[in-house]
Amino acid sequence: MRTQSHLRIGDQPWVKWSLITLALTLVFLLLLVPLIAIFVQAFSGGVSSYWQNLTDRYTLHAIGLTLFVAALTVPINLVFGVFLAWLVTRFEFPGRKLLITLIDIPFAVSPVVAGLLYLLLYGANGWIGSRLMDQDVQLMFAWPGILMVTVFVTCPFVARELIPLMQQQGREEEEAGVTLGASGWQLFRRVTLPNIQWALLYGVVLTNARAVGEFGAVSVVSGNIRGETNTLPLHVELLYQDYNTVGAFTSASLLAGIALLTLFVKSFVEWRQARQRAALSEDEA
Amino acid sequence: MSIRVENISKRFGGFQALHPLSLEIPDGELIGLLGPSGSGKTTLLRIIAGLETADSGQIFFHGEDVTRVHVRERRVGFVFQHYALFRHMTVAENVAFGLEVMPKAERPPAAEIRKRVANLLEMVQLGHLAQRYPAQLSGGQKQRVALARALAMQPQVLLLDEPFGALDAKVRKDLRRWLRNLHDELHFTSVFVTHDQEEALELSDKVVVMSAGRIEQMDSPPQLYARPESRFVFEFLGHVNVLEGEVNNSRLQQGEAWVNLPRSVADGSAQLCLRPHEVRLQAQPDASANLPLQISAVSLIGAEVRIELEPIGWQVAEPWEVGISHNAYNAWQPMRGDRCFAVPELGHLFTPEQTAPQTLHWLQEAQSLPKMPPRLQQVI
Repeated sequence: MRTQSHLRIGDQPWVKWSLITLALTLVFLLLLVPLIAIFVQAFSGGVSSYWQNLTDRYTLHAIGLTLFVAALTVPINLVFGVFLAWLVTRFEFPGRKLLITLIDIPFAVSPVVAGLLYLLLYGANGWIGSRLMDQDVQLMFAWPGILMVTVFVTCPFVARELIPLMQQQGREEEEAGVTLGASGWQLFRRVTLPNIQWALLYGVVLTNARAVGEFGAVSVVSGNIRGETNTLPLHVELLYQDYNTVGAFTSASLLAGIALLTLFVKSFVEWRQARQRAALSEDEA
Repeated sequence: MSIRVENISKRFGGFQALHPLSLEIPDGELIGLLGPSGSGKTTLLRIIAGLETADSGQIFFHGEDVTRVHVRERRVGFVFQHYALFRHMTVAENVAFGLEVMPKAERPPAAEIRKRVANLLEMVQLGHLAQRYPAQLSGGQKQRVALARALAMQPQVLLLDEPFGALDAKVRKDLRRWLRNLHDELHFTSVFVTHDQEEALELSDKVVVMSAGRIEQMDSPPQLYARPESRFVFEFLGHVNVLEGEVNNSRLQQGEAWVNLPRSVADGSAQLCLRPHEVRLQAQPDASANLPLQISAVSLIGAEVRIELEPIGWQVAEPWEVGISHNAYNAWQPMRGDRCFAVPELGHLFTPEQTAPQTLHWLQEAQSLPKMPPRLQQVI
C-alpha cells in the first residue's frame, strides 16, 4: 500500500467548501426564507394591524382551543408513555415485542387516515359513535374528537424517548432500591424518575410541539366550526381561504414562535442529555 | 441468622435453571456459591433475596418461613455485580437511601442518619468521597459504597452477586481480604456467588459447588479440594491430568502408558485423575508407572514452575501440567522438547459404576498425612 496522500477523505478544501455552500444555500432557501417570510407578511400591515388580527375573537378562541387540547394531551401522553416504557422495559410477557412495534403505528399511519378512522368509528354513523349518540354524547366535530386524534398522533413521542434509555439503564438500580426497603412509589420518585427526567422532558417538548401543530387528523374530525372547533393550524387555513393573508400569517407567526421556542428548549434538553450520557458511559467504562 | 433452603426449583421458559435443591447455611457463616455460568448460582441467590420467586420449595430465615415475604420486608443486604449505585445521588445519599425511605415512624432523625452514614463511610474507608457521584469513583470504590449501602440497614443476611467479578486482580484481592475481615467483625450470615475457584476457596467457610442447576457438593475448602465427590467438582477446582484406560490385574493401561494401582480395583475402563502437584517428573520410569512425556512448554511465572507435557505413545484430551519448585527447576533445567516420565504420588480413580472417586496413595508418608496443596496451606 502506498502512502501517497496525507489527506483524509473529505480533507480537500474544495470538497469541504462546496459541500458547506450547498448545505447553507439549501438551509437558507428552504428553511430560513419561509420563516422570515411568515413574520414579514404578518407585520406587513404594521404592528397595530398585527395586534388587531391577533385579538380577533375567532383567533383568540383558536389559540385557547389549541392550548386547551395541548394542555390535556401532554399529561395524558406523559402518563401513558411512562407507563408503556416501564411495562416493556421492566417486564417480560408474551407479545412484548409486538407491543413495542405497535407503539410506532401513529408514526407510520398518515394523520389524515387516522382522522378518517376515528370519524368512521366514533362519528354519528360509526360503530361506536352511533351508540354514544343514543346517550347524547358527541365526540366528532367537537373538542373531545380533536383531543382523541391529537393524543393518538402524539402518543409515541414519550415512550419512544424513554424505552431505549430505560433499556440501557436496566433494572438493577430499582432492584437495589427495593432490597433497601423502598415502596413502588418511592422507587419511581427517587430512583426511576431522576434517571429519566431529561428524556421525559424531551418527549414532552416533542409531544407539545406536535399537539399544537397537528393539522391533518384534526382537520378531518373538527368540522372547522369557527369559534367552536377551530384550532390554530386550521384557523390559518380558513383565514387564507378568506383572502385574509395578513390574518393568516399573524396566526402562522404564533405557531412559528411556538416552534422556535420548542427548538430552543429541545436543544437545551439535548445538551443536558448528552451530558448525562457522557456520565453514564464513563460509569460503565 | 441461619438460612434454610428447601426443595427450591426454578424454570425460565424451557430452561430448568434450578432442579429441586436444599441447603442449610448456619448462622454467621460465609458461604460461596461456586459454579460455571448457567449453573443457577445467581438464580439461587436471587431467590434467597426474594428478587426472584421459586416455582416450588420454601426459604426459611432463622427457622421462619419467608417464602411469601416480599423482598422489601426480608431485610437482606444485597450487593450487585455491577454495583447498581443510584447514579444521580452522591455517595452519602446512596448510603442513606435505605434509612431515608423508612416509614416516618421508624425512620431515625436526620442527624442520626447523617451520623450513621458517616460511620459507614469511615468503615469502608471512603469518608473523604462522601460528596462524589458514582461516575467519579473507581470500580473498587463503587463496590465499597454498594457494601456500605447494603450494611446501612444492619441486615443479618448479606448476599453478594459476583461482588468482585468486574474488578481487576489486585483490587479484587484487597477487597476479598477486606470483606473477610468485615464478616469476622460484624458476624452476619453471608452468601456470595462467584465463578472463580480461588476466590471461593480463599474466602468461604464452606463452598457450595453448583452445576446445571444442581448442588454437586457442599464442603469446607480443604475437604472439597482433597475429597471431591464427583468428576465435575474435581475438574472445576483446578487443572487435572487424566489417564483414561483399561484396568487389568490392577494395572491401568492405555497404549504405551501404564500405572500399577496401589490397591486392587475391579477390571474395566477407568480414569485416573492427578493434580499438577501430585505428580513427580523423573528421567526414568518407576516400578509403579510408565508415563512417557515430552515437554511442550515451561512457564516460570508464579510460586511454582509450570511444565506442560504431551504424551508419547498414548492419548490425552488436554495436555498434562506438572508444577515443580523453582529449586527443582534450577537443578534440573528442563527445556522444551526434553523427554521425561511422570510418577503419580496421589490420585483419584473414577470408574463408570461410581460417581465418587477412590483416592489412591503411592507414597507411604502420604497415607499417614493427606498431602495438601500449597495454595490451601496459605489459606489455613
